[in-house]
Amino acid sequence: MSKYDKLLTNAAGRIVPTIINGKPAIPYMGIEKFKPTGRKAAPFISTCADYPDDGNKVVESLKDALIRSGLKDGMTISTHHHFRDGDLVANQIFDIAKELNVKDLVWFPSASFPCHEPLAKYLEDGTIDHIEGSMNGALGRFTSKGKMKGLGVLRSHGGRYQAVQDGEVHIDIAVIAAPTSDPFGNSNGVDGPAACGLLGFALADSQYADKVIIVTDNLVPFPCIPWQINGNLVDFVVVTDKIGIPEKIVSGTTEVTKSPDRLLLAEWTARFCDEAGIIRDGFSFQAGAGGTALSIGIYFADILKERNWKARFARGGSNKYLVKMLEEGLTEYILDGQTFDLEGVRSMRENPHHVNTSPFTSYNYHGKGNFASMVDVTILGATEVDVDFNANVVTHSDGYLLHGIGGWQNCLFAKCTILPLPLFRDRIPVIVDKVTTLCGPGELIDVIVTERGIAINPLRKDLIEKMKNSNMPIKTIQELKEEAEKICGVPEKPKFGDEIVAVIKWVDGTVIDSVRRVIV
Amino acid sequence: MEQIITTGNKGKGVRSDCFMTFALKDNGGLEIVLESKVEVMYGNANRKLAREVLDFFGIRNAVLKIEDSGALPLVLIARIEAAIKKQISSSKEFLPDLLPQNQNSTEKDRSRISRLYLPGNTPSLMINAGIHRPDGIILDLEDAVAPDKKDEARYLVRNALRAIDFYGAERMVRINQGERGLDDLEWLVPHHVNLVLVPKCEKPEQISDVNKRIEMIRKKTKQKNPVWIMPIIENALGVINAYAIGASDNVVAMAIGLEDYTADLGTSRTREGKESFFARSMIVNAARAAGIQPIDSVFSDVGDMEGLKQNVLVSKALGFDGMGCIHPRQIRVIHENFAPANDEIEKSMKIVVAYHKATEQGLGVVSIGTKMIDPPVVKRALNTINQAVKMGKLKESWRENYEQV
Repeated sequence: MSKYDKLLTNAAGRIVPTIINGKPAIPYMGIEKFKPTGRKAAPFISTCADYPDDGNKVVESLKDALIRSGLKDGMTISTHHHFRDGDLVANQIFDIAKELNVKDLVWFPSASFPCHEPLAKYLEDGTIDHIEGSMNGALGRFTSKGKMKGLGVLRSHGGRYQAVQDGEVHIDIAVIAAPTSDPFGNSNGVDGPAACGLLGFALADSQYADKVIIVTDNLVPFPCIPWQINGNLVDFVVVTDKIGIPEKIVSGTTEVTKSPDRLLLAEWTARFCDEAGIIRDGFSFQAGAGGTALSIGIYFADILKERNWKARFARGGSNKYLVKMLEEGLTEYILDGQTFDLEGVRSMRENPHHVNTSPFTSYNYHGKGNFASMVDVTILGATEVDVDFNANVVTHSDGYLLHGIGGWQNCLFAKCTILPLPLFRDRIPVIVDKVTTLCGPGELIDVIVTERGIAINPLRKDLIEKMKNSNMPIKTIQELKEEAEKICGVPEKPKFGDEIVAVIKWVDGTVIDSVRRVIV
Repeated sequence: MEQIITTGNKGKGVRSDCFMTFALKDNGGLEIVLESKVEVMYGNANRKLAREVLDFFGIRNAVLKIEDSGALPLVLIARIEAAIKKQISSSKEFLPDLLPQNQNSTEKDRSRISRLYLPGNTPSLMINAGIHRPDGIILDLEDAVAPDKKDEARYLVRNALRAIDFYGAERMVRINQGERGLDDLEWLVPHHVNLVLVPKCEKPEQISDVNKRIEMIRKKTKQKNPVWIMPIIENALGVINAYAIGASDNVVAMAIGLEDYTADLGTSRTREGKESFFARSMIVNAARAAGIQPIDSVFSDVGDMEGLKQNVLVSKALGFDGMGCIHPRQIRVIHENFAPANDEIEKSMKIVVAYHKATEQGLGVVSIGTKMIDPPVVKRALNTINQAVKMGKLKESWRENYEQV
């Protein structure tokens, strides 16, 4: 089986395969163009007759659970990334697979982290055929060099739910690391030594996988309250010593930036939102976990406080700053997709206004609406933006896969999407003629805030009108690009081979772009 | 004997800079070895540029290793030139293009509320300095540069004066003390430096030496722009001689440096600053007497914005016109708190309106109601309004609306 076949040019002008890892795929057709028909996937019918009446599903070990789940060649194994760089479970699965001489597995994580680098050896020896999820750091370089056997598939958090729900990805075994669980499999992320807040990224896995294994280091007697994962969906519960490294679970970028340049970006972004009339009593926002994004939240809070306003809801990634806003009454709710620090975990545990959400509620594009499009303003990052406002979040300027998509694509559907970006990073301009990898279509990206000027997408005539008399440095994106090139020089492009090593899915499951092998 | 020269910076945390290892050879031609973080994008451009600089100085046989952490061209060529000139003597200079916006001169009495110190050998801090909109930027060749880096910093500062856009900030350089400081001027005056800070100033003779050297260089290089001088008073003798120093030619402002001053007094700097009250007042008085701007010392705790604010309010109350900054985040606090307060602006608006009315009606006396306003009060009000407009607290066209009320 070849990795991919039958290339076509999609609606964004990108060449993409229509056969991926032996399965058919639909090329991107444009925003809101592809409308699926048919019914959702469904799991097998189970019967209580096959499960213990006393509710005790505890088995001896992860190996035992995997064997009982029928682990075999070619299966798709899923994990979640709520433990971020402190995950101790995912690697174990493949250690066991290797030991059992199982081959050609598909790893389907909701994201990968540097702690998963050891899996590169299983990609080399054929234990894992390919990854569908995110390929960061060493795994990204591995993939970009064309060394992965199968074709990598990158999806957004919402796209992951959509793919499972639509039957595009069938999970054979879901391994869900859970900070607290009861023997029945009811589990949550708010309690226990590896507390990570919630388990929303594992929701689809629990609902649709053939077999569901909970791995915990904090077993409590039935009932585990709250249950974020429903025990009725669980096959086996495994108890181990340690499932995650707490310092690494709640690390990430949870401090506001001290960089004066980034603070300036944050300040300008908040001021832009204010002058454009986006901030108002009862508005809603989403800001990511990066240092700049955190600072923007703080500037928002200042503005709200000064006017005696409050946000109706803030979308998380939650952290201590957002929690402070909630507790000071500057936002009525936090709708949280992942918690970035212990304050976020505490707040979610204690405060009913701090609500755990999932990619189903927040992001799934094949649902009857989702939360992302109801948000007034969302603040996101990017590695590159082009003069048509298209953006890239997965490949670095040297062409290597670097990041996953996360919720980024899904968030583009907010009423206003702003990317605060330094105009150049260590001489590398951020605005280019054409993005290396297309992850988000320019139609959905409204404003680019840089330290040397702000570009508004010409499609947003309303925003341009509102900022007509502003003192802020509004420029065209072309002007910004030229300004950067005047300072840095015009960069050369990385050299790519013809071979495709991964594809980027759009939120509706269509293929928006291909990532090509980097020629070193 | 082959000598190995190094310039620039490398290592963890170093960005937008490069490190050169350079050795002249007797034969073998030019060998350029580049290790660059931005190889894909600028590797070829960097190699080409490096060769151009070597050719320019007539270097035929040498090994040049460049460890590049994303240096801009102006940095790269400054580092190479500095390395070459440690080996050979040449009067030639490899200059980056002069930006049109870096050719302007500045007014004697322009606003100098904030001036941001930038270490003279750290390019990463220079590149974005202007976006924080200080009134002036100071490229520091003195205390912020290690002794063994002082030569190479001159090339970097020269190139920065020519090729970095500081977005309207006055381009200032703090030179070294004594002879080295006078020599520093050779790298500055031909390149449109607006103002030179003279450290550890204690006698007016120091200023006349600086003036003499500046004049010489201006003549030699046909530089038309004035080069203003800001002495920094940093010891007891300087404080005593403040007026004579401040009244010297081309001096437009006088600053006080309290760290050295308190050491000289045999005391230490406190938060309340009682120990420096005399000196600060003396500087203000001397500066006013000489018709120049008194500028206060920097506030060194960059994390304490509230402390900075209190410090600025005291400074303003003592009569200072501005203050140095050592971090871009201090700029806004300094501007906001040096800016006229709202009640001050309102009072001044009334006076300025009355003044314009009197002028239009040809009256010699300005009055509000039955109260006569003295000319110095009018002048002060006009200054306050100018400042408020400059700082965005008042629209330039405020009078149109004001008179409608």
